[in-house]
Amino acid sequence: MPEEFEPRIVAFFCNWCTYLAADLAGTSRIKYYPNAEVVRVMCSGRVDVQFVLKAFAKGADGVLIGGCHPGDCHYQEGNYKALRRYRLLRRLLRQMGIEDERLRLEWISAAEGDRVRAVINEMVETLRKLGPLVKSDAARAHLLEVA
Amino acid sequence: MKPVVAFYWCASCGGCEEAVLDLAEGVLNVADAVDIVFWPVALDFKEKDIEAMDDGAIAVSFVNGAVRTSHQLQMARLMRRKSKLVVAFGACAQLGGIPGLANLATAGDILREVYGGTAPELQFTDNGHTLTLPKLFDSVFPLDRVIPVDYYVPGCPPSPKIVSDMFDTLWNGQLPEPGSVLAPDHAMCDECPRRDSRPQELKLDRFHRVQERVIDPDRCILAQGIPCLGPATRAGCGSRCIAGNMPCTGCFGPTSRMRDYGGKALCSLASVVEGNEVAEIDRIFEGLVDPVGTFYRYSLPSSFLERKRLE
Repeated sequence: MPEEFEPRIVAFFCNWCTYLAADLAGTSRIKYYPNAEVVRVMCSGRVDVQFVLKAFAKGADGVLIGGCHPGDCHYQEGNYKALRRYRLLRRLLRQMGIEDERLRLEWISAAEGDRVRAVINEMVETLRKLGPLVKSDAARAHLLEVA
Repeated sequence: MKPVVAFYWCASCGGCEEAVLDLAEGVLNVADAVDIVFWPVALDFKEKDIEAMDDGAIAVSFVNGAVRTSHQLQMARLMRRKSKLVVAFGACAQLGGIPGLANLATAGDILREVYGGTAPELQFTDNGHTLTLPKLFDSVFPLDRVIPVDYYVPGCPPSPKIVSDMFDTLWNGQLPEPGSVLAPDHAMCDECPRRDSRPQELKLDRFHRVQERVIDPDRCILAQGIPCLGPATRAGCGSRCIAGNMPCTGCFGPTSRMRDYGGKALCSLASVVEGNEVAEIDRIFEGLVDPVGTFYRYSLPSSFLERKRLE
């Protein structure tokens, strides 16, 4: 299983910066791993912690949040709100046995198509080494114990 | 004919049983209005008495406690089969409750910690008599994870008002939508007696643990830097903790507009701090020493992740 494992990433990209960067990466024909499924949100500050937890619960091996650089938020400070949540959520995930590398917050401006490629490629490679979020068939079967 | 009801407890502390008795003389009205056929904490009926009943013979079963052993699972299924309505009574049955924090460990971890090298055998025969113990599951489950549940009564424990309203609703009123939580559907802050002292905008620069501060009894507790989960928690408790000058810890659980209580509670506290730099933000959150224990104190088994990751 380890050599065949392809991580699944759910990527929440803000409408004004990172989503445009991903768009730019596409129109510039920049190639990168196809493991990320992008969800466009109006702002990184819109990413409720529940979205991240649901992604992990529904099979994501990693979650990527992309927003505007500090100071550049279209809504003034949505990205700071995202940063505060992210710092606290990381600690909560650690207690739940989920490694820091599985949740990433990146500032990517509309001009940085190449940065989308770099971040996603890097995250895919990190997750390939880490392995799947659900570690074993036993762990998968466990919650069905009572079903 | 009086409605036939039953009470049962799974993984719980007994506080929910107290909550029924907390109706004080009101409990006599309940006892007059119904025919109680099963209530292990108070009455001497046995499991086999329930097994002997027709399916659906019980009008309502009130089940408190989470499910974490094979016997509790079997009893939950039995109560479901014999009852027209099942009410998940209290935070443990509704969300997993305090015992749900055991989902940070496994059954093996717990047995090793408690019994050292001598975990009890599940079966033991002596002199021709065989004794059995139920199996302890690796995880704690809320009641609706193992059987369909008709109504939920929140709280650790449910407040007397919530309990008497529940009896009124079940006997006298029109039954609400199946799956309803029998409590108001707005935030606890809306009913907080200190509501007017909450600043329009909060920008905390640190959190304090409750034992580190003398809390001003007239001011919003959150504004004093004590984590209070009123903004994320369902109302209906009567603000008993606030009246005791203690912060809300979230026992009434989520409103209908949330799916994962702890995730939303985390968002609510993260939205009242200042700090734009990683180092400063981390310093502010240092005062929250146990994020899972703070945000999922009563609801870890009903969260999206349900438990700590397993090998």
